[in-house]
Amino acid sequence: MTLLDDEPQTGANVPEWRVSDLAQAIRRTLEGGFSFVRVRGEVGRVTRASSGHLYFDLKDANAVLSAVSWKGQAARLTARPEEGQEVVAIGRLTTFPPQSRYQMVVEDVIPAGAGALMAQLEARRRKLAAEGLFDVARKRPIPFLPRVIGVVTSPQGAVIRDILHRLRDRFPREVLVWPVAVQGTTCAPEVAAAVRGFNALAPGGRIPRPDLIIVARGGGSIEDLWGFNDEAVVRAVAESAIPVISAVGHETDTTLIDHAADLRAPTPTAAAELAVPVRAELAERIAGHGGRLHRGLRLALRQRQQRLGDLGRALPRGEAILGAAGQRLDLLAQRLPAALRRAVAKGRVRLGEARVGPAILRRALHDGRRRLEEADRALQPAAERNGADAARRLAVLSGRFDLAAGRWTVGRTERLAALAPRLGIAARRQIALSRTSFGRVGNSLMPGLVRTLLERRAARLDALARLNETLSHRATLARGFALVRSGDRVVTSAATAARESLLEIEFADGRLSVVPRGQAPRRREATSPGQGSLL
Amino acid sequence: MTDRSTTSPASDLESLSFEEALTELESVVTRLERGDVALEESIALYERGARLRAHCQKKLDEAEERVNRITLGEGGEPKGTVPFDAG
Repeated sequence: MTLLDDEPQTGANVPEWRVSDLAQAIRRTLEGGFSFVRVRGEVGRVTRASSGHLYFDLKDANAVLSAVSWKGQAARLTARPEEGQEVVAIGRLTTFPPQSRYQMVVEDVIPAGAGALMAQLEARRRKLAAEGLFDVARKRPIPFLPRVIGVVTSPQGAVIRDILHRLRDRFPREVLVWPVAVQGTTCAPEVAAAVRGFNALAPGGRIPRPDLIIVARGGGSIEDLWGFNDEAVVRAVAESAIPVISAVGHETDTTLIDHAADLRAPTPTAAAELAVPVRAELAERIAGHGGRLHRGLRLALRQRQQRLGDLGRALPRGEAILGAAGQRLDLLAQRLPAALRRAVAKGRVRLGEARVGPAILRRALHDGRRRLEEADRALQPAAERNGADAARRLAVLSGRFDLAAGRWTVGRTERLAALAPRLGIAARRQIALSRTSFGRVGNSLMPGLVRTLLERRAARLDALARLNETLSHRATLARGFALVRSGDRVVTSAATAARESLLEIEFADGRLSVVPRGQAPRRREATSPGQGSLL
Repeated sequence: MTDRSTTSPASDLESLSFEEALTELESVVTRLERGDVALEESIALYERGARLRAHCQKKLDEAEERVNRITLGEGGEPKGTVPFDAG
């Protein structure tokens, strides 16, 4: 323009541009001013050249912008441009001199609509979550084995076929299909109406009321699935009294209905798997339980049987329990008569020594009898106790036990009864015998008799003493006689006196020692002094 | 014998769902196998278990596929059902 201004009138001096130079100049200007731009628009015609470059148009109501993504870059685009899609393209402007065109070299394409929808979806999710529609506490348990399953989906297509097929494989059930549009503007209201409609069915009515609902749809774009993000659908599912399994889109797609449903299945097939158990497995499990029932009862019976057997073996036989006691009693019974006899014999000896009375024997007899009775008494309760135990533990053996115990007791009692009188008789006989002999000895030793005898002897002795006194030589001496002694001997002859060297003469008033004079003459000489002195 | 489940009369079996019957059957089997119940109770448990098992089996035998499609009136309300053919 300045050139024109400088030379407005003619312009003949304006330098001439060559086309290429101008094109270069324009390119520099354009590239300099639009080296980085973000352009929002709808994708128009898309062409992928055999070279690998991607050509498409960006357009709005009034303009079209040619865009190209070179081969290497085209593969790395965030979103692959599709006709009608709202996108934001990022890149730079440049020119295409051969056709006098300018165009955009695109580095990346971002779906503008999805971003907007995602933002909208997120806002709605927050709002409904704040209402508590997605609370875990609201979730109802899925029935273990639903009787009727209501499926809300398109009656055409793979989804319903997949669900029915999988249900048939696992556990054939009654299925009610509620046909709905699964995309487009009618989708949301129809799905919401179907969920509410199933809930409105009266139990036991003409149309069976499902006890489980599956809401299903195959995979698709976020726009395709948009109906399942509808607030009306979310509320209908959240309010459903019948448990709901949602299976919308593929595993990576998450719609708001998934948040509201009681259970989310990644695919329609998975929904069928979550809905029913495998019948064959259940049949096997129940058969297994049946077997375990049989075995359990058999085991319980066998355990009891074995325990009964063990206890029966451990329980001693009635005879064995009583045997030892019975043997001891027999032994005591054998020893008792001998012991009694010994006691009686001992009593007799002591009686003979006059130190004891028959009370000892009586006591011994009594003791023996008492010990017998005690042994009997001690034996009786033991037998009864053992009998009671046995009866408690084993009714059958108890009868035998009681019988044996009774029989035994009667036998022993009878024997005791028979023995006791015999012992009494023997003892009484011994006592009577002993008493007789005692009486004999006792009588001979009566003290009165002894005294009489002693008195008689004393009287006799007195008499003799008196006689002796009477007959004593002292009276003679008193009458004038003398007694000649030699030592202790009495000298009665002169001859004897003549031979003595010393004589003693006893007078009535004392003794006098004399020496015989000379050798004694013959008998005469000796006799005369003797006579003389004697008389 | 104090357990409600083992004293329930046979008639109430009919009202038991498959899962309830199966759960009770499992508890009955477990108790019986534990072996610490009285013999009389063992027999009662066995009888109850046998009835539960029969009930479960009956439920399993009732497995029958029946697929219908809801027909809708003009107002969108369900009118009835027709056999459904998924093709």
